[in-house]
Amino acid sequence: MKNLKSLVLVGWAVALTASMQVSAEIGGVQSLRGAEELDSNNAAEEMKRIPRDRATFERDYLHQPPLIPHQVRGYQVDLNSNKCLSCHSWTNYKTSGATKVSLTHFDTRDGQQLSDVSPRRYFCMQCHVPQADAKPLVDNSFKSVDALSAD
Amino acid sequence: MARQKKGFLTRYKDMLLSPSSVAMGLILGIGFVAGIVFWGGFNTGLEITNTEEFCIGCHEMENNVYQEYKSTIHYSNRSGVRATCPDCHVPKDWTHKIVRKIQASQEVWGKLTGYINTREKFVEHRKEMALREWQRMKESDSRECRNCHDFEYMDFSEQGKRSVKMHSTALASGEKTCIDCHKGIAHELPDMEGVEGWH
Repeated sequence: MKNLKSLVLVGWAVALTASMQVSAEIGGVQSLRGAEELDSNNAAEEMKRIPRDRATFERDYLHQPPLIPHQVRGYQVDLNSNKCLSCHSWTNYKTSGATKVSLTHFDTRDGQQLSDVSPRRYFCMQCHVPQADAKPLVDNSFKSVDALSAD
Repeated sequence: MARQKKGFLTRYKDMLLSPSSVAMGLILGIGFVAGIVFWGGFNTGLEITNTEEFCIGCHEMENNVYQEYKSTIHYSNRSGVRATCPDCHVPKDWTHKIVRKIQASQEVWGKLTGYINTREKFVEHRKEMALREWQRMKESDSRECRNCHDFEYMDFSEQGKRSVKMHSTALASGEKTCIDCHKGIAHELPDMEGVEGWH
């Protein structure tokens, strides 16, 4: 009886590990994640760098928020201060030589114009982002509209 | 025998008026050694208060400004050279250091009375403390920045376009000093309303 019991237990353990192995397999399916099994980790990508300063980026579509062509490490944008506006605001853009904030940023969502940047447009990096020196992960055949395409 | 008849005061007066050369040397010697001990001790004590361990020995500094500082370029960067609290907040040369240390006694009083002993109090007083420090740096033409960052040795070809533009004009002419633009590089900023150049 005791022997039978331990035999059942061993059988259980074997079945359990086998089923765990099955659930960890990807069944030969490749994805963006590669062919790595689920229970192991891919080698980490190298960290991407953001170049210090570069020429402004062309827009790819109308109403695209212009991209940030410089580093923004440590730029504080919160209730207390807005580092971006210390160069890009209408009061400061002339001395800093930066692009000034678009007039549309002074409008509330009801179209009412305020005397300063509207709270809904205050957090610059919700829309405007810097670009790392990363290559596209997948091929992309997107073409800009005629007005914006170079050729 | 005759000497013993003299009174205590007279004997004392005689001793002062004509000290033996040994006594003279002894006094000078003791004075010299004591001088070294006290001066050395004083400066060593001063140096102990001039370390980061001392600064963040109080929770006011460790839990607020130090935590904010740890993610900034002056704490963690590619080359591993870093600035500690006193590198920026205490002048290096002796005279200015002593002046700053005496001013800092007010901060000891602040510690004793619990002026900023909670996060709320710290945030409430952040602006006045920041303004005081910016004022100090402005008055000294950012002396503590310039201990490491010397304008003479800035290579504009190694700087970003935006940096060159500002450094070659406003900084070169002496119209602006480091702290005028580089606020909030090591700690979080307070409400910047009313601060020149800020929004």
